[in-house]
Amino acid sequence: MDSSILYSIITLGLIGAGSAAILYWVASKFKVEEDPRIDAVAEALPQANCGGCGYAGCRNFAEAIVKTGSLDNLICPVGGDEVMKRIASILGLEAPAVESMIAVVRCNGSFQNSPSKFQYDGVKSCAFAHITFTGEGGCPYGCLGHGDCERACTFDAIHVNPATGLPEVNDKCTACGACVKACPRNIIEMRPRGKKDRRIYVTCMNKEKGAVARKNCEVACIGCNKCVKECRFDAITLSNNLAYIDPHKCTLCRKCVEVCPTNCILEVNLPPRKRAAQSDSPAEITA
Amino acid sequence: MNPLIVSGSPHIHGEMTIKSIMWGVVIALLPAWLAGVWFFGIAAVIVTLVSIASCVLFEFLIQKFVLKQETTINDGSAVVTGLLLAMNVPSSLPWWQVVIGSLVAIGIVKMAFGGLGKNLFNPALVARVFLLISFPVAMTTWPLPIESRANVFNFDGVTGPTPLGSLKTQLAMGQTLAQIKLPSYTDLFWGNIGGSLGEVSAIALIIGGIYLLYRKIITWHIPVSYILTAFIFSGILWLVNPNRYADPIFHILAGGLLIGAIFMATDLVTSPMTAWGKIIFGIGCGVLTIVIRVFGAYPEGVSFAILIMNAFVPLIDRAFKPKRFGEVK
Amino acid sequence: MLKTFQKGGVHPHENKLSANKPIQPIDPPAKIFIPLSQSLGAPSKPVVKKGDEVKAGDILAIGEAFISSNIHSPVSGKIEKIDDYFDVSGYRKPAIFIEVTGREWNESVDLSDELKEDIILDGASIIQKVKELGIVGLGGATFPTHVKLMVPQGKKAELLIINGVECEPYLTSDHRLMLEKPREIITGTRILMKALGVTKAIIGIENNKPDAINLLSKHASSYPGIEVCALKVKYPQGGEKQLIQALTGREVPSGKLPIEVGCIVQNVGTTFAVYQAIQKNKPLVERVVTVTGTNVLNPSNFLVKIGTPVSVLLGKAGWQPEKAGKVIAGGPMMGKALLNVEVPIVKGTSGILVLNREESFRPKVQPCIRCAKCVSACPMGLEPYYLARVSELEKYDLAENGAILDCIECGSCQYICPSARPLLDHIRLGKLKVNEIIRSRNQ
Repeated sequence: MDSSILYSIITLGLIGAGSAAILYWVASKFKVEEDPRIDAVAEALPQANCGGCGYAGCRNFAEAIVKTGSLDNLICPVGGDEVMKRIASILGLEAPAVESMIAVVRCNGSFQNSPSKFQYDGVKSCAFAHITFTGEGGCPYGCLGHGDCERACTFDAIHVNPATGLPEVNDKCTACGACVKACPRNIIEMRPRGKKDRRIYVTCMNKEKGAVARKNCEVACIGCNKCVKECRFDAITLSNNLAYIDPHKCTLCRKCVEVCPTNCILEVNLPPRKRAAQSDSPAEITA
Repeated sequence: MNPLIVSGSPHIHGEMTIKSIMWGVVIALLPAWLAGVWFFGIAAVIVTLVSIASCVLFEFLIQKFVLKQETTINDGSAVVTGLLLAMNVPSSLPWWQVVIGSLVAIGIVKMAFGGLGKNLFNPALVARVFLLISFPVAMTTWPLPIESRANVFNFDGVTGPTPLGSLKTQLAMGQTLAQIKLPSYTDLFWGNIGGSLGEVSAIALIIGGIYLLYRKIITWHIPVSYILTAFIFSGILWLVNPNRYADPIFHILAGGLLIGAIFMATDLVTSPMTAWGKIIFGIGCGVLTIVIRVFGAYPEGVSFAILIMNAFVPLIDRAFKPKRFGEVK
Repeated sequence: MLKTFQKGGVHPHENKLSANKPIQPIDPPAKIFIPLSQSLGAPSKPVVKKGDEVKAGDILAIGEAFISSNIHSPVSGKIEKIDDYFDVSGYRKPAIFIEVTGREWNESVDLSDELKEDIILDGASIIQKVKELGIVGLGGATFPTHVKLMVPQGKKAELLIINGVECEPYLTSDHRLMLEKPREIITGTRILMKALGVTKAIIGIENNKPDAINLLSKHASSYPGIEVCALKVKYPQGGEKQLIQALTGREVPSGKLPIEVGCIVQNVGTTFAVYQAIQKNKPLVERVVTVTGTNVLNPSNFLVKIGTPVSVLLGKAGWQPEKAGKVIAGGPMMGKALLNVEVPIVKGTSGILVLNREESFRPKVQPCIRCAKCVSACPMGLEPYYLARVSELEKYDLAENGAILDCIECGSCQYICPSARPLLDHIRLGKLKVNEIIRSRNQ
């Protein structure tokens, strides 16, 4: 046999063995002692790394949970109740009650309701449009429609409908809150999903006086106080000419929807009313 | 009243567009190309037409059917690539090799990196190097100027070496410079030498360069630093041993140094952004060109030098920042 | 060779359509709107209430904060209400609504045209008076003038620079003022010199206004401390830092004010307002506004009462609303596109530019071809392509390291970009975000 082959095999073998020894030594020398529960918790998490919990990624969140040893204020909004229960069992803790949330868009200033009065010719980004002007519909609180929320969403759960110019949330929403942060006008709110996914909320953020708000948008909240008076459960409050429905007090009785003169209160997934549909009742929209 | 238009300032825009830049480059290349047509005849026209047509066609096809995006062939960048590629090959190159070169330039170097503005390397140069390595004979068969004019498909007997080529081979045979017969400076200056169809005429290239500077399409930094570095470096070698190393003026005028320094190295996309970055880039190109010419295997080093420096552009951009107004140290 | 600043700059078409039109005073309409936020800094606090009768020159609102300014009534009339009214960006801000009844002035104001060259007041009283009469920088930034005149402790002013550059295309209000009120401007310059205690002043004027340069040089010749300097035409020479460098060669350090290099810069319009305040006791209630653009039939320079809606001026100048695309408050490089022509003229409005629809749209955005035009055009020596990119990618730490806050938003980069990329839009947003980050870091 040609000795050069032999030499090659021996040299390469020695190099390999040497490297393996060094690697082994380095690995044992620099070994990081880590709580094995971190791995277990991290595995239980959805691994979306969305940042909805307030930490950079799922692993950071797992580290934080194991380190503090409690689940107070540490919630994975994406995994929800199920995941939190699993984590609680890993750590031997009590699972906190997690309310299932969803993002809702609190503006209904579609092209139809709030027609364009200007033509925007700048960068197609809400953040930039917001610092430049009031928006094409003229409402300084309304949706700008350039889809910063859509770009922020990692779950394909919010999309701007080209027909209305408004974002719509679908069932993929995990309530991570990325869109809430992305919206320069704070139009998107995290609300409890509600029983059977039924929700009632005010689809307006306009704090201007009624007449001014109405000028820009058909469906603006004009702060007329009718809903507040109508509500028997003290669920609705009015501040700065704007009504807000407390989701925890609302019983979904729908009285407010009926009295609202501008149809700015939206009911989602509620069954059709028993009374025959009236011509003046608000159109029902499913999210 | 129509709805008012709203946007951030500024509300007016300068006249310069990608289109005007690209067609400006085409105009600047015309003198050198016409010189090529004068020296190499109708074959040069054919190579150019094939190159431009295939570059534009490939860009169109790739954008339309592969990337499924809006086609941008109107901006003229594919025309520039095609023209530059044609000017960097011998006029005797078979048409199908030109088409392959175009495919490499547009398909691999430009589109695969994301299209206009995203490519790291100069498309025409990569295509040239690709052809040089793939078809070394065709790419180093140089038609003789004037004599080959009438030939379109058959160049037998009317080919010869480039000045740099004869320098290299005869030095390798052990001759000294005094014994080697090289073209006169006049021939080099006007372009009466063998070579790629667009690189031969120094005067035409310089006219094009002045036009580019006048239109403010390029700045002086890269051509000046490139040529000056090559001049100084080859000058030092020449002073050390004039029997072994050619004089600096020969190095500047011969081969592709001028077309490289004026048109290829200054390619906007693949050159640095700041003044000092451009100067460093030009110096690197100059040094590498002479190193390859004098010590390397190839007689010509411009393409390789520029491509190597292209790879350094991101680093140069990082290292050489403009001096800020009122910068506090 | 003419002086100019060193780095960058662009040269857009000058389009000074109204350069030969004399300043023409226009009457206020039946109702005017005085926004309470007319200067940089805190909004002013109203001292009148609904139903009050005011005379022209009476005080309407006082600036309480350090950086804030007083606001006076430009007309005699009745306060209708204090309510929100549109500002240039369409957002609603508090404003005083006045029903105009006449043009009766407060008795203390000297309304005669007679030139008063003797300066009686001392430096401190000049600054006090400038503050009382609500003088702010009329070049566009509306920085309260009295604050600028108060040199911080430990610093020393040695040179007053009067900014007659007017580098924005189209605008001619400063040019006309220099032609029609040269002696008042020279007197104003002397007042400012006295207030600052400096012995030297330079009036910088771009070379496209040779008539103004000659006229002011002639009138300045009797005052050895005042020099008129012609400058090469280049945008943005009217920027404070650029002008200082052009005239003196000094560079204001990044993040610092001009006083750092011993300079104070005042606009010619401000200088004239200072003259009127000190010599005539007249508060800042009117200003020269250029109404121009290809859409306008008679490009003009108007002397306008603050609070007059833009539509009144446009009507006087003969605009063609059906052809109009963009109405801009200010010049084409740094002005703001208006949403509503009913917004009032404020102290900082130097011009109204109306562009036709076909001139109004931005060219199509194309990919960056790394041509480095933005880098060579940036007067601050920044890398706009890089700053815009990192802002777009929300890498604000990189933007901060790239000195994004040094950007003066002159728009040269976006103007020159052959790919028409919205560089300044991204940088502007990046600046806001970086400022936010720095503020939260300091808390």
